[in-house]
Amino acid sequence: MKRETLLNLGLMAALLAFPLWAYQADEPFLITLTTRAVIFAIAGVGLNFALGFGGLVSFGHAAFFGLGGYAMGILAYHAQTYTPLMEAPFLIEGTKSMPVIWLVAVVISAITALAVGALSLRTTGVYFIMITLAFAQMFYYFANSWPTYGGEDGLSIYIRNDFPGLNTMDPIQFYMICYVILALVLGFVWAAARSPFGLMLGAARQNEERVQAVGQTPYRLYLVAFTISGAITGLAGALFADLNRFVSPTMFAWNMSGEIMIFVILGGVGRVFGPVAGAALFILLEHMLGGLSEFWHVYLGAILLGVVLFARGGLYGLIAGREVAHD
Amino acid sequence: MTKPILDVKGISKSFGALKASNNITLDLKPGEIHALIGPNGAGKSTLIKQIAGGLTPDEGSVWFDGQDVSALSTAERAQKGMGRTFQISSLAMEYTVLQNVVLGAQGHRGDVFRFFRPVMKDKQLLATARDALAQVGLEEFANFRTSELSHGQRRQLEVAVALTLSPKAFLMDEPMAGLGAEGSHRLMGFLDGLRQQAPILLVEHDMDAVFALADRISVLVYGEIIATGSVDEIRSNAQVRSAYLGEEDA
Repeated sequence: MKRETLLNLGLMAALLAFPLWAYQADEPFLITLTTRAVIFAIAGVGLNFALGFGGLVSFGHAAFFGLGGYAMGILAYHAQTYTPLMEAPFLIEGTKSMPVIWLVAVVISAITALAVGALSLRTTGVYFIMITLAFAQMFYYFANSWPTYGGEDGLSIYIRNDFPGLNTMDPIQFYMICYVILALVLGFVWAAARSPFGLMLGAARQNEERVQAVGQTPYRLYLVAFTISGAITGLAGALFADLNRFVSPTMFAWNMSGEIMIFVILGGVGRVFGPVAGAALFILLEHMLGGLSEFWHVYLGAILLGVVLFARGGLYGLIAGREVAHD
Repeated sequence: MTKPILDVKGISKSFGALKASNNITLDLKPGEIHALIGPNGAGKSTLIKQIAGGLTPDEGSVWFDGQDVSALSTAERAQKGMGRTFQISSLAMEYTVLQNVVLGAQGHRGDVFRFFRPVMKDKQLLATARDALAQVGLEEFANFRTSELSHGQRRQLEVAVALTLSPKAFLMDEPMAGLGAEGSHRLMGFLDGLRQQAPILLVEHDMDAVFALADRISVLVYGEIIATGSVDEIRSNAQVRSAYLGEEDA
């Protein structure tokens, strides 16, 4: 078996074993910590779909993360206050059902990613980075200044939303939901990386001229990749808001975009499971270094610098060697 | 008279004061190799870009397979059957050789927006891809990474990818450039047979190759075609000799 496959299996096994151990040892905090890592991993896997496979350096994925968060926040807020979301032209009520909230989060982030992508993908390089950042900042300030849903104070949801047959307030049960979603998302991305679309998208990243010469349009490939990428990150946002039972404009903030990018870079750009390793490492560092100093980001910065300078394939590059995800 | 596959009708293109293409008319008929020669800076690459897409002519039109393709994108023209090879190899360098040819077969077949089917297990695509590799003699390099190939092998791979598109015409921009004597000899033999599959518009610097292969030659100088004719006609054309082949021969 290839080292990368072993690493993937080991990572997923560890993410299953650790919370189960924490459950046995009655350490709910550690379960919650791992839940954070898994949700961040989903967000990272989403970004990696655009950044790793399509070479689209989006510095605005907080927009989709936040949209997912607010999709959950707004729907659950209306459900807990028993007020309809809107009455005309037709009635929309809030909901506490997780599957419905996920669906709304995915659809809204996908539509937004399609619109943002359609405009941003007309630019490349630094301009693309800046325009995606600008879109995310628009959402940030909009959320800040919209008093209906808490403005800068955000929205608190008192009880976690419902999933049929499970008690979502039990940390280990909520964790298992997130873990299964991560596995499903990874399964999709793994298949897509090997699909006709994955092959063509990877070729567009390497050489747009080549893709045109075989009769395909890079812009369309990028747009679809960006839309899927935004949808996955939006789903992660809905889970993140449910984990905290709270959503605020900080989910839209540019540091969030940066953090999602850090998961991808730490783990290994363009490796399907890379962001999972990256997010896990990030949470581990946050937990351990955060205990040392309030300014733990300094150490994170140093580590990131080391990765970018000396281990450009991230953790996966270091451990599994320099392979591309496609072979 | 057979109808031409490619018909360039009086195209002109200027960049500021520079006339890169000046009322150029040329065509490509089934079964022929039509060579385009001209000194550096004559506007050969500009012309190729207007034919293949990417540059829009200021005037005139490009007809391909009985259809005006002037307004179509590069990708759409490739779908119509223009098989292009580049002056500087343009391949997906991180991919294996096989992936590059499968890419061509997949691009040609369409159905790109599929997310769940492993592309490298698609028997139809693999058959097309391996067949193209065999034609150019690269089959034993199928699993090499493209960046590991020699310069000459990359040129062969470019031709193989073009073959997977089952093109109606080839546009080849200096396919011999940088090949050794043996390499160009082999490629010449291959192109010689290829014209039966689809005609070739061949931009080439190597005069021996052009004189050996071409059915017709067009000479481009300062953005204008100064002569079109058979090898013998071009060889004996005084204007061509002074402009292109060198004063000492005149």
